[in-house]
Amino acid sequence: MSGFDETLLDEADETVRVRLVVNGRKVACEVSPRETLVDCLRNALELTGTHAGCEMGACGACLVQLDGRAVHSCLMYAVQADGATINTIEGLTESGVIADLQAEFHRRNALQCGFCTPGMLVNAHELLSQVAQPSREEIRDALSGNYCRCTGYEAIVDAIDAVAKARSQGGGAT
Amino acid sequence: MKARAFSYFRAATIDQALDAHARAGDDARFIAGGQSLVPALSLRLQAPRLLIDITHIDELRGVRREGGYLRIGALTRHCEMLSEPLIAEFAPLLHAAAPFVAHPAIRNRGTFGGSVALADPASEFPAMTLALDAEIEIAGPSGSRRVKADDFFLDLFETALQPGELITAVHVPLFKADQRFAFDELARRRGDYALVGCGMLATFKNDRVDDIRISFFSVGNTPTRVKGAEATLIGSSLDAERIAAAQAALEGDLAPPDSDEVPPAMRLHIARVLLGRLLGRLGEGA
Repeated sequence: MSGFDETLLDEADETVRVRLVVNGRKVACEVSPRETLVDCLRNALELTGTHAGCEMGACGACLVQLDGRAVHSCLMYAVQADGATINTIEGLTESGVIADLQAEFHRRNALQCGFCTPGMLVNAHELLSQVAQPSREEIRDALSGNYCRCTGYEAIVDAIDAVAKARSQGGGAT
Repeated sequence: MKARAFSYFRAATIDQALDAHARAGDDARFIAGGQSLVPALSLRLQAPRLLIDITHIDELRGVRREGGYLRIGALTRHCEMLSEPLIAEFAPLLHAAAPFVAHPAIRNRGTFGGSVALADPASEFPAMTLALDAEIEIAGPSGSRRVKADDFFLDLFETALQPGELITAVHVPLFKADQRFAFDELARRRGDYALVGCGMLATFKNDRVDDIRISFFSVGNTPTRVKGAEATLIGSSLDAERIAAAQAALEGDLAPPDSDEVPPAMRLHIARVLLGRLLGRLGEGA
């Protein structure tokens, strides 16, 4: 009944095979159990759009979609994601689902250094998929876990607000 | 900032998880949402040999009515506290507290059982189990048991959980028509830990308080019921005078820790203000 093999206890430094679907592609990686998902994405899969910032869930730069929900890829180990479907900023970009958000961020200068932008976009994408017309306050609340140290929040809220309005009117943001 | 090397085991059943813990000589940690555990491992505040992933154990999932209680599976995520209709109907205090728990992405991963097990004195849900008179269902090497929330939180990050035990569910008495609840917290920034927070559940008879449980968080080593303030409110219609008496009673109920950032007097002041606001809302039928 156990399923637990004690020899595992002496294999902490050995890698294990993890299978994921990343951006629509099946991949397998060899990771050590203590390797975080963000490190696996950036190092093994060379998907460097996901940024490792604080590495403790405070800054939001590492957000990815895990089985459809935004999560911090620094707050989980790659082994925990075995069998999961992940979309990173690269996948969301290629699919075009956030093209209007990206264009609006660009148009309104909603970024300076851009380090926080992938996380902001993943978060904004989830917000708009749940709430069609969020108020500015709701947008700010949703972004409370995403730091922008270039202090660009106002333009970021503007951009998300504009896309929400444009989407609900059936067109793209201008 | 990386965790010390550990082995990883994904348990399929509670028995497998408990067995793995025992066979690692209890030098193991259960991981569910991991939203507090992963940073603790990264900072090497903890360095177990074995991490036991319990998120694939079906027995720990689901929310359902069971007798006079709502049984909330330990793996229920914070975001489900917002989306699950049974929670909104039968444990509305938890539904009201959920938006204040961290940020949306944390709520997508963090679990209710994990939050209660960690017993962070600044967290919303552990304190709300006290206000709700909930019972914590625990599985361990010597079988399973239920512990009342009143007896669960012992000291700073210390609970009635013994090594190798894990929370399987939390049982919350069903919300009734003659009850009212209120919740609020004050934080410097939305999503940050509260300077002080409070939730309460009251039963009314003829518009007077028949029973009330008031629980504060971020006021000391554990979530804290304020029994002196509760006692002053029994039989009252929550008029200004009785609310003032309850606010005054907080001085005897709370002993906020010394801290440069938030001096005890300031915390006590915020607690009084919050209590006044929430009792006012209850009086209006919140």
